[in-house]
Amino acid sequence: MSLIRYESQVRPPLVDNNKDYHQVTEDIVRPIEANPSRLWWIGFLISVALLLFGVYSIYREVTYGVGQWNLNKTIGWGWDITNFVWWVGIGHAGTLISAILLLFRQGWRTGVNRAAEAMTIFAVMCAGQFPIWHMGRVWMAFFVLPYGNTRGPLWVNFNSPLLWDVFAISTYFTVSLLFWYSGLLPDLATVRDRAKLKWRKYMYGLLSFGWTGSTKHWQRHESLSLVLAGMSTPLVLSVHTVVSFDFATSVVPGWHTTIFPPYFVAGAIFSGFAMVQTLLLISRKVLSLEDYITIEHIEVMNKVIVLTGSIVGVAYLTELFISWYGQNPNEGWAFAQNRLNIFSPYGWSYWLMMGCNVISPQIFWFRKLRRNLVVTFFMSVIVNIGMWFERFVIIVTSIYRDYLPSSWSTYYSPSIWEIGFYLGTFGLFFTCYFLFSKFFPVIAVAEIKHILKRSGDNYKKGMHQIEKESADHLYHEIHSDHH
Amino acid sequence: MAVKKFVVGCFDEEGPLFDAVKKVRKSGYKLHDVYTPFPIHGLDKAMGLRDTSIHTAGFLYAIFGTTSMLSFMTWVFTKDFPLNVGGKPHFALPAWIPITFEFTVLCACVGMVITFCYLCQLAPFVKKHHFHLRATDDRFVMVIECTPKTNESELSSFMTSIGATEVNVQNAETGWWLGRYDKEQKLFEGQSETVSA
Repeated sequence: MSLIRYESQVRPPLVDNNKDYHQVTEDIVRPIEANPSRLWWIGFLISVALLLFGVYSIYREVTYGVGQWNLNKTIGWGWDITNFVWWVGIGHAGTLISAILLLFRQGWRTGVNRAAEAMTIFAVMCAGQFPIWHMGRVWMAFFVLPYGNTRGPLWVNFNSPLLWDVFAISTYFTVSLLFWYSGLLPDLATVRDRAKLKWRKYMYGLLSFGWTGSTKHWQRHESLSLVLAGMSTPLVLSVHTVVSFDFATSVVPGWHTTIFPPYFVAGAIFSGFAMVQTLLLISRKVLSLEDYITIEHIEVMNKVIVLTGSIVGVAYLTELFISWYGQNPNEGWAFAQNRLNIFSPYGWSYWLMMGCNVISPQIFWFRKLRRNLVVTFFMSVIVNIGMWFERFVIIVTSIYRDYLPSSWSTYYSPSIWEIGFYLGTFGLFFTCYFLFSKFFPVIAVAEIKHILKRSGDNYKKGMHQIEKESADHLYHEIHSDHH
Repeated sequence: MAVKKFVVGCFDEEGPLFDAVKKVRKSGYKLHDVYTPFPIHGLDKAMGLRDTSIHTAGFLYAIFGTTSMLSFMTWVFTKDFPLNVGGKPHFALPAWIPITFEFTVLCACVGMVITFCYLCQLAPFVKKHHFHLRATDDRFVMVIECTPKTNESELSSFMTSIGATEVNVQNAETGWWLGRYDKEQKLFEGQSETVSA
């Protein structure tokens, strides 16, 4: 009987309040069928306003050139690349949750994976904006693609980490999108088959590709998900590794270190989980999904946050140690003077980063704080501020004082259009997320049903009795049940 | 594509499905399919379906990705446009590993998803016959195909005896057609009657 699978009583239930299959469908699909709330409209309109401001900022940048940004002699990459790395980092949690936790057979991922994957896709979309618009002459953007052109034939440089990034980010985006959408098909079919309105039947019929739920299709679907997860796992690690290569393969003090790939990946997971927390804490409240995104889910994610935050902390300390131990004067100066020294022009940002990323997440060693929603929400924002400053510290403090003291520029501060661009990506991100939460099932309906009999609280309670009895008796009972 | 007659039985729980499938196969009825709202592990084995080889297809796409990208970069940097960058080797294998890896994953994933959609006949505007609308919600729908020899009422009562809570007979198109879900677009004249509830 493959249906009866033992699940430890020690594990708390993942679905609360006596759900059956139909109730699961009702709860998760209801927000799609209802009219959006006033809160939804307010959030959505603010996001669209931010997006429009971003569009105008980009318009300025395209029309008048990159000079609209306060970049200077040594800081050719300022806020834009900081934002790029920040968004890409955030985009790591979704695939981590859906792929790596699938391979590790973590049941709790089912409650959060759909929203986290959507978040990944939107975050990568935001990230992609920065390198594209930073090109200045954006109509030449296709030059990054390897195509046989009329100039030579001149090809792109396959040895350059910047080109690796083009491949890594675009592959990551495509694969995440496919993974997300193939998982969505059965749930869209659920919405389609419940639909009463004509347009909804039409739209979801179109989107669900004619999914029927045939056993053979499920078998292929499972196999597809498993292989996609297996491939996304090294992919998600490779993407931020390649992003870190953009820095690590250069000879700039503070960047030229071999620790970068694992350090960036840990930081990405750290910030990604923080963003998942921010979004899910809001979503579960607004869409009343507290039974599916339980306090257990939030606690588990806080554990991941304290773990990855500490890994990032170890990386910071290792960097400091190596900059002293390596005895390279430029490297040592970059760390001791440009970062560690709180009285240097950017010393404050280094210590802000330390405080937000390493020190403050340590409060999650306490169970009470891990299970406190207000603390969690506050911390999730703090972590993302910290992780933004990490990228800012890495980028700006390494290049504002380069090898040539005559070109040192003491202060780099962004122009309003740089800030506008950044705010615009927030607009893009939240506009997409609001639309997603209105039109798509925020929780994977089929996957919740799949774990319901093992992890729903009503089924777990039923298991108490069984557990006390001997295995022989249990075996006997199952067989007599079916005959 | 053909219109066939089916006896459709709905189950409320997935538990009885296994025994039911076993009994259907034993009694020689032609099991068309079982439609479920979520994957039920082991049901495919119970129904006697063979394992899917979609992962093998994925492996082949991956090999295609690896070899094509590596040979393309080799051709570009050693034959077509050998650029001398500080005397570094033209055939710079270590530097090509990231792109080769990414392209391998890209080919495997895109290829597999397309193969999946092709095998399961999934695409926008594709429409199929749905035996029960709650098969994507909370019902487990077993469909048995009627052959000329089949006695429908016997089969229906057999369906009830193995645990189906709702049984009916449907004429249905087995394939897919282009259509919209907001319109009744059947390619055939069909009748559906409920035998027992």
